Amino acid sequence: MTIDTLRLTAEEAVDLLARKQVSAAELHGAYLEVVAERDRELHCYLRTVDEPEGDGVPIALKDIISTRGIETTAGSRILEGYVPVFDATVAARCKAAGLPIIGKTNTDEFAMGSSTENSAYGPTKNPWDPTRVPGGSGGGTAAAVSAGLAPWGLGSDTGGSIKQPSSLCGNVGLRPTYGTVSRYGVIAFASSLDQIGPVARNVRDCALLLSIIAGRDVCDSTTVELPEPVRLPDDEHLTGIRIGVPKEMNEAEGIEPGVAEAVRRAIELAAELGAEVEECSLPLSVAYGLPCYYLIAPAEASSNLARYDGVRYGPRAEADGYYEMVERTRDAGFGDEPKRRIMLGTYALSAGYFDAYYGQAQKVRTVIAREHAAAFERYDVLVSPTSPTVAFELGAKAADPLAMYLSDLLTIPSCMAGLPGLNIPCGLSEGLPVGLQLIGPQFSENTLFRTGYALERALAFDPVPERLR
Amino acid sequence: MTGRGSAEPPAGGAGTWQPVIGLEIHVQLKTRTKMFCRCANSFGGGENTQVCPVCLGFPGALPVPNRAAIEWTIKLGLALGCRIAERAVFSRKSYVYPDLPKGYQISQYDLPSCIEGNLLVPGADGDIRVGIVRAHLEEDAAKTTHVGGRTGRIGGASTSLVDFNRGGTPLVEIVTGPDLHSAEAARRFLQLLRQTIVELGVSDAEMEKGTLRVDANVSIRPQGSQELRTRCELKNMNSFRFVAQGIDAEVARQTAVYEAGGEVVQETYDFDAASGALTARRSKEEADDYRYFPEPDLVPVEPSPGLVERLREELPELPGARIHRLERELDLERATVLVTGGLDGLYEATVAAGAERLAAANLIANRLAGSDPSELDPGELARLVEARDRIPRAALDEALGKLAEPGFSADPFLAQAAVTDTGTLEPIVDRILQANPGQVAAYRGGKEGLLGFFVGQVMKETSGGANPRVVSELVREKLRA
Repeated sequence: MTIDTLRLTAEEAVDLLARKQVSAAELHGAYLEVVAERDRELHCYLRTVDEPEGDGVPIALKDIISTRGIETTAGSRILEGYVPVFDATVAARCKAAGLPIIGKTNTDEFAMGSSTENSAYGPTKNPWDPTRVPGGSGGGTAAAVSAGLAPWGLGSDTGGSIKQPSSLCGNVGLRPTYGTVSRYGVIAFASSLDQIGPVARNVRDCALLLSIIAGRDVCDSTTVELPEPVRLPDDEHLTGIRIGVPKEMNEAEGIEPGVAEAVRRAIELAAELGAEVEECSLPLSVAYGLPCYYLIAPAEASSNLARYDGVRYGPRAEADGYYEMVERTRDAGFGDEPKRRIMLGTYALSAGYFDAYYGQAQKVRTVIAREHAAAFERYDVLVSPTSPTVAFELGAKAADPLAMYLSDLLTIPSCMAGLPGLNIPCGLSEGLPVGLQLIGPQFSENTLFRTGYALERALAFDPVPERLR
Repeated sequence: MTGRGSAEPPAGGAGTWQPVIGLEIHVQLKTRTKMFCRCANSFGGGENTQVCPVCLGFPGALPVPNRAAIEWTIKLGLALGCRIAERAVFSRKSYVYPDLPKGYQISQYDLPSCIEGNLLVPGADGDIRVGIVRAHLEEDAAKTTHVGGRTGRIGGASTSLVDFNRGGTPLVEIVTGPDLHSAEAARRFLQLLRQTIVELGVSDAEMEKGTLRVDANVSIRPQGSQELRTRCELKNMNSFRFVAQGIDAEVARQTAVYEAGGEVVQETYDFDAASGALTARRSKEEADDYRYFPEPDLVPVEPSPGLVERLREELPELPGARIHRLERELDLERATVLVTGGLDGLYEATVAAGAERLAAANLIANRLAGSDPSELDPGELARLVEARDRIPRAALDEALGKLAEPGFSADPFLAQAAVTDTGTLEPIVDRILQANPGQVAAYRGGKEGLLGFFVGQVMKETSGGANPRVVSELVREKLRA
């Protein structure tokens, strides 16, 4: 049978496999064919897997996820040629569920970026408009799902790396509650913020994939068991759901009018579906989320990246002595963005500066978590645009790190509070997808899925890029 | 006058300076597995055989704390009278060196598991109270060997070899207050601490094998002063004796510096026991900003009150208490030797089997040091103690040598009788005295300590067959004449 990879959902694929209308190998092959056809232009994958294992629905994994026997670079030269000897827990869980790997997807180097332009292996293009970025850092996975190069995939999110590319590519991405998905084997950027999560073409697929990867892992001390199992949503109404609309996040400077408009319409639709909608406020979280993030994340990154020294894995620069060898290896191996964050983070942790920077940022983080918790006493879900803008042009922000950092203004506050966030597409602006961000309290993934699903049905957004239809 | 009062030497010579010593002790726990992974915590296999992605710092690998190591740290803290923190936090300590695969060491820092304890070291002038500032848990670094170059350090080496087997093994660091005031006091403290650790079963604590490592912080101050002056750190001392020697050498060095009107500069020294030399480490290898921050991959250690209570109840009677108990029936020195040698249990069992206390203590302390008391039968030992003067010295020596053999019986040795017949011994004594006129004159001139020399000569002459007590009576009598 012919498989329309642009339209086939994972849930439908499960059904086809169960009814033996297609074999897992055929399905995997179908995606590889499309990859061969379209990925020369889009560059979603850093490498594909030609001999898949498993009898389930194939999957794309961000190249930050260690895969045994398959090169894993985190988008960096410093890990070029590195082949892990072990699977990340999420990769192992996908394998245990029978999901064959299609390939490893492109990412900003060490997941540091919002456009995938920071990949050492070249940028990924947005399937809706290849002159534009797919967002980042998980642009590879988001673009692959959007362009029919994978039915679903896994990303990692530190300050928006799942939600923001999903927004820019028009698909559904979840950043789960911190601690619900194991980080073991996922190359660390900022450990207290990193979370692995699913990207899919619709909400039910996203929920299904979460159910495969979530839950306590003995190899990650920060994980917990889910308080309740993941449920696939089927309710098309929002009766009883209380939605808060934080005004700072919906009226922030820099939100494009087309984005604000699409989000406003989605919120109106939510009210029509039975939700109680009310304006609310998160003043401190929005004001301080981004600056605190840019202290904590680089600080942890500067420590997490200290292991890349050319001694045990990855390329090694030749030099006369040890210290010189390490310096040269890092100079050649790290791109500008990791270097920038290593410097920022090292400074923030230095003696005499720790209290003023890292220590203070952690205190503010507690304030942000408290402000969110207070809001969730009154609301089940908070909504805002995921990204202030639709996909921007390649190179538009590459020379201006601050402008790039602002892409994550709206996704960062809830990440700092460890909260789950779901992006669903809610319309088009200038022919490009607009994403709606749904944020809930800890472990509220089922509520987010329910809300997202009802809106998804009502919005009837077509996730296939117009130029590929 | 420089105006810097602390540099002013006190008037007078030796004895006017008081050493101020604090110790940092690293104890390698003998848990089955490493601190943050499941690699075996054992040695003897080939290099880099006990390794995994976690202890090699592979991308994405995460630490998972070893429960036994945490419990043993708490137990050790309780034995040292510490308060057990309700919340201890692991931090990352960053520095660049090939022994540290992650680029940071995971170590408790500002919130350690054990704080504010003390160890009372029984001493001749009462107990020395040594404050335990903290005892914290951390992972050990890998072992590096630098080949080539003159210094044996990484700078100038042609090759550096790293063995990660030791990397990530659990280590407790114990930090004392500056409460020790002599090398001898430091040695006594270390002996007692070591015995406490060994008896808790948490470490073999052997300095030669590196499972116990001691650094000393040394400063000096004018006698009677309470100030704390600039201190220097001594490293690389691999026995208690060398620790004591190193401290003495450093105290002498600082004394000379102050008495020449100089200032002690804070520095780290390696002590070379063979030459007695202190060599300053080059400061380039001493990073001083470790950029500590809480380890985000781990959750805080929050032991339940029930766990702490259970561990407290599991504590045995500690060596310090046992020294005090035995001191009442023996004396401090014998009690200390027996307890810190792990031989007081044997002593007590031997006494219980009927041996005379002092004789049993002497025999065990002098002749059985270093043996494994669990292999020795106190009943048979008691019989040897009782018969020690009746049987030939050679027989006693042989019996003690065979005491550890399974099924040892004192019977064949007790059957031998020492020569007590003065008629046999007199000619030998006469011969020895004639052969050593110088010593005889010295003895008669007051050096009565030479008695042992004469007795020894007679024992030698009789191949250990004489009864030393009879011989010594005889010698004394002859010399009195």
